[in-house]
Amino acid sequence: MFLSKIIGSDASFRTKIVTLLGLLILFAVPLLANLFNEPFLVDIASRILIYALVAVSLDLILGYGGMVSFGHGAFLGLGAYVVGILTHHSYEGTAVAFLPGDWQGTTQAFVQWPLAMILSGLLALIIGALSLRTSGVYFIMITLAFAQMLYFFMISIPTYGGEDGLNIWERSEIPLLDLYDAKSFYFICLVLLLLCLWCCSRIVKSRFGMVLRGCRQNEVRMKALGYPVYRYKLMAFVLSGMIAGLAGALLANHTEFVGPGLMHWTRSGEIMIMVILGGMGSLIGPVLGSATLLMMEEVLAGLTEHWMIFLGPMLVLIVLFARKGLYGLLIGKGTDNG
Amino acid sequence: MLTIELFFEQSLNGLQQGVMLFLMAAGLTLVFGIMHLINLAHGSLYMIGAYVAASVTQASDSFTLGILAALVAAGLTGMLLEFSALRRLYNRDHLDQVLATFGMILFFNELVKILWGPQALFLSTPEFLSGTLEFIPGAPYPSYRLFIIGAGLVVALLLRHLIIHTRVGMLIRAGATHREMVGALGVNIDELYTIVFGLGAMLAGLAGALAGPMLAVEVGMGEKILILTFVVIIIGGIGSVRGALVGALLVGMVDTYGRAFLPTIMRELLDPASADTVAASMSSVAIYVLMAVVLIWKPRGLFQAYGS
Repeated sequence: MFLSKIIGSDASFRTKIVTLLGLLILFAVPLLANLFNEPFLVDIASRILIYALVAVSLDLILGYGGMVSFGHGAFLGLGAYVVGILTHHSYEGTAVAFLPGDWQGTTQAFVQWPLAMILSGLLALIIGALSLRTSGVYFIMITLAFAQMLYFFMISIPTYGGEDGLNIWERSEIPLLDLYDAKSFYFICLVLLLLCLWCCSRIVKSRFGMVLRGCRQNEVRMKALGYPVYRYKLMAFVLSGMIAGLAGALLANHTEFVGPGLMHWTRSGEIMIMVILGGMGSLIGPVLGSATLLMMEEVLAGLTEHWMIFLGPMLVLIVLFARKGLYGLLIGKGTDNG
Repeated sequence: MLTIELFFEQSLNGLQQGVMLFLMAAGLTLVFGIMHLINLAHGSLYMIGAYVAASVTQASDSFTLGILAALVAAGLTGMLLEFSALRRLYNRDHLDQVLATFGMILFFNELVKILWGPQALFLSTPEFLSGTLEFIPGAPYPSYRLFIIGAGLVVALLLRHLIIHTRVGMLIRAGATHREMVGALGVNIDELYTIVFGLGAMLAGLAGALAGPMLAVEVGMGEKILILTFVVIIIGGIGSVRGALVGALLVGMVDTYGRAFLPTIMRELLDPASADTVAASMSSVAIYVLMAVVLIWKPRGLFQAYGS
């Protein structure tokens, strides 16, 4: 292949090149936006980073743990709703509903965001504890059904906008930083994504990660070796939910709106497409997938109102003929899991 | 107030919803039980059935023609999908199947939007079924809903006959347990699979056509019922037609009773404003709670499928 002649065929070397190039592009985005005088670019790029964060969280359980969760939108949505609800009460000066006492919410990111992660993690603990009793196709459908349950639940609560969702009148506050500034917001997303990627790469290489990857390849053997497989998988599921919750908190700030649509199963499907498109079982893959899918949407939506009619068949073709994803194409091998 | 008439009426409503869910679930569970394929596009076949039935009924003024057209359209679309793409996915990971059929949903939703426009279609009930029947004095019940219940039960019986007493049914059962052996005995497995898929698609199309006069025919109607159908077959046990019937009736009843009676019950316990909110959220999550309970009790559903 042409590419391999330039950068050699050593996969780990190529991984480094791709990673470096990716980092360079990510840090250069605000500069490029200035250069071409397209401030909107930073906005799209922030969106890409946020979705990359969810996609990485899904990849952690899907690509490494073999858990096909079709309800990741639930965690994304809950994280977003935590920010939305706390801001809503802080803005209106009313007490948070369904809680004893009269805490009027807050706009402080250091309270909002960790709380979004904790609550999403708790939700993941409940959904995971029930869903992981099953496997295979049951697991797919159950995670999907639980996410839908949350979706309908949020629709049925008029206090928080029901079907219309909540507008967020104030973005989260971080001391010394202005989240309304597109570039600051972009760099916050970037730092959080890189931090998450670093943590995840440590996790998958750790003993915990090895057990998780073992479960994906042969769960029966891992059980026979004496590992409490259920607990390992549940732990990974909760971690993944927490990261998705953080992404939700960022997304709420980015769109300044939360609605039940975030939890709809088509959203979970999109996140899954990002992971597969980029290449699962490789932490860089989901980032590539998020960038590709969102940019494709942007371009196709500019061309025709009916862009979905192209996206759908494209997806079928990708599944049928290009299983390794973009990461596989760039690196020239399958996933880290072989 | 809770009266015997209301209870009777809601029970019939639940039965009717259950029957609709069964028509959907039977096809989905057959395809999974025999070909091991998760088909998210099953809801799209339902939507196609509804749209074709609505258009043909409006054009020809005949409800029967509309239903026939829906059966043909959904069946053909299903077989075309199976032949062109899905048969390549039978031996693949469930993840691949989910993604590919998800892509098909996006395609069909957009296609319907282009062909019929984004507005919902509304269909009136056919004239000979537009009246009511009075089973219990003082509780008239729409005869169209009774017609759906009847049609669903007939389909269930026919399906049972087909699977247990006919040659095709025998091959279906054999194909589910010993795919290679049936192939080795000279049965054209590919053809059999296409037929089974077409059958499931026709059931979905029938459900869509029947739903037309009761619901808005709109883009996205397929996904709404698809998720409920998933809940049904998870409860019933994936791959089991009997499980699909039991699961469908359970889900239909729980959902209908929840929506009908929870507000009344809650109003006894709470103040009216919060009672309505609590009742609405409780009834919208009731079937999922049912699913969770069944799974805690029996992680693989109530009934075992052939071959597992």
